[in-house]
Amino acid sequence: MTTDSVLGDAAADGSASAGAIVLAGLHKSYGNVTAVRLLDLVIAPGETVAILGPNGAGKTTTIDMVLGLTRPDGGSISLFGMPPRQAIAAGVVSGMLQTASLIQHLRVRELVAMVASLYPHPLPVDQVLRLTGISDLAGRPASRLSGGQSQRVRFAMALVANPDLLLLDEPTAALDVAGRKEFWTSVRAVAAQGKTVLFATHYLEEADAYADRIVLLAKGRMVADGPATEIKARVSSRTIRATLPGAALARLAVLPGVISADRRGESVTLTCSDAEAALRALLAEFPAARDVEVRGADLEAAFVALTGSDDDERLETR
Amino acid sequence: MTAVTYLRYEVLRNFRTWQFVFFSLAWPLIVFFTVAGPNRQATFIGIPFPVYFMSGMAAQGAMVAVVSRGSLIANERTAGWTRQLRITPLSTVTYFTAKVVCGYLMALLTIAALCAAGTTLGVHLSAGGWLTMVGLLLAGLIPFAVLGILLGHLLSPESLLPAVGGLTVLFALLGGAYGLQVATSGPMFDVIKGLPSYWLVQASKAALGGGGWPAEGWIVIAVWTAVLTPLAVLAYRRDTSRV
Repeated sequence: MTTDSVLGDAAADGSASAGAIVLAGLHKSYGNVTAVRLLDLVIAPGETVAILGPNGAGKTTTIDMVLGLTRPDGGSISLFGMPPRQAIAAGVVSGMLQTASLIQHLRVRELVAMVASLYPHPLPVDQVLRLTGISDLAGRPASRLSGGQSQRVRFAMALVANPDLLLLDEPTAALDVAGRKEFWTSVRAVAAQGKTVLFATHYLEEADAYADRIVLLAKGRMVADGPATEIKARVSSRTIRATLPGAALARLAVLPGVISADRRGESVTLTCSDAEAALRALLAEFPAARDVEVRGADLEAAFVALTGSDDDERLETR
Repeated sequence: MTAVTYLRYEVLRNFRTWQFVFFSLAWPLIVFFTVAGPNRQATFIGIPFPVYFMSGMAAQGAMVAVVSRGSLIANERTAGWTRQLRITPLSTVTYFTAKVVCGYLMALLTIAALCAAGTTLGVHLSAGGWLTMVGLLLAGLIPFAVLGILLGHLLSPESLLPAVGGLTVLFALLGGAYGLQVATSGPMFDVIKGLPSYWLVQASKAALGGGGWPAEGWIVIAVWTAVLTPLAVLAYRRDTSRV
């Protein structure tokens, strides 16, 4: 079965040393479970890239490896030409982890100021508090914050570093709708200064709205990598399911409007870029098809369609 | 510069944690005045009781000050704060140095407070005597500082507080800090002389005698430090390889 990136490496033509992030053959498994599988990725300085994928896709493992928190089993990581630990020590990278609570007995402003003191060229603390919308919380003990508030404080701690590369792991998980909007406005302001931003999310809308480029991960594999609009069209594709014993997947996969074809027992699933064209062609060429249904794929289903599972027959058209 | 600022916040956190302030500073002072006050004329192992008890209680408070750094470490690693710090330029060495220095500053404050308390009960030492006693106490704390780091990587935050309390009181009691001697001769006394806390408590007697510890005291402190340090390094490595 082929596991090639479906859309090709849109930005992989930059030279390796110039990349803000260059991952080559990155690999990590925990026991029998492969978390990240031979990941190749080049992110140029100034890009805002989303790693999009369902839970368990390997997003956090990838970010942890980029930040030097998890040691890869194989492959290499280079951040502006440096290994992760060195880039971290130089203060050019900062991040917001998915799971980290704040320490007690410090107020919000003190906490941000303490983190700022660790970096060679921090931003002014008050400016960061303003930018992240927590100026009014400056005097509040860090132990007395709501989930959304402490998420903003953690964002402030990442921003105050004034990094060239900002990594955000599911940064809006605890935020409400208004909070999300505000959050992304701040991220855009950072990106507008020419900083590189890599964020992990399982919200297609977030990836589409705020990233220039989307890297699609599923089961630790890169499934697609390309401009946000292209990935969105692909992921929001529809599927046609039909009971069709004995049909050759190769013939189904080349029907007009079909991206890929899968079979589970007697039923086939066609992932379509143009469901109407595919449906007409299917019924014309395979009159035996029955129990036909067309569905808009949610993200989870789109991933399943794009990746299949190891024991299924699967074909891709490109 | 970075390290100094970081240390400043570490100290701030220390003084905002009432448990640290109470058990390392207030508690030994209370016990000192309660017990040594009515016994200010008494003598104990050949020296005035308040002199003996002063270094006993200083030892108790200072031990709590440095061992309790472990509870901060345990809290920070279970809350994910250690991970957060690991993606900043803060080095591991600075992280631990700040913890130990902060523990030592708290210990020094406790020792100074006990010295002041001692003078109010008529304790007299020469300038050199005071310096010797404080110096011996600070040196004797080294293995306890290492013990704090070890416990911080070994135990959960919940089990750490009772462990710090129980261990320091046990060390203090056996070392004679509370004015009770479990043994003055025989094999049990040999065991007690093998505890670093015994030598902490003996700091005032050694200072009063004009010298320092006998070689035996220095060897005990060195051996405990030499045994605990690799264990602490091992516990730290096991911990960080997991995150």
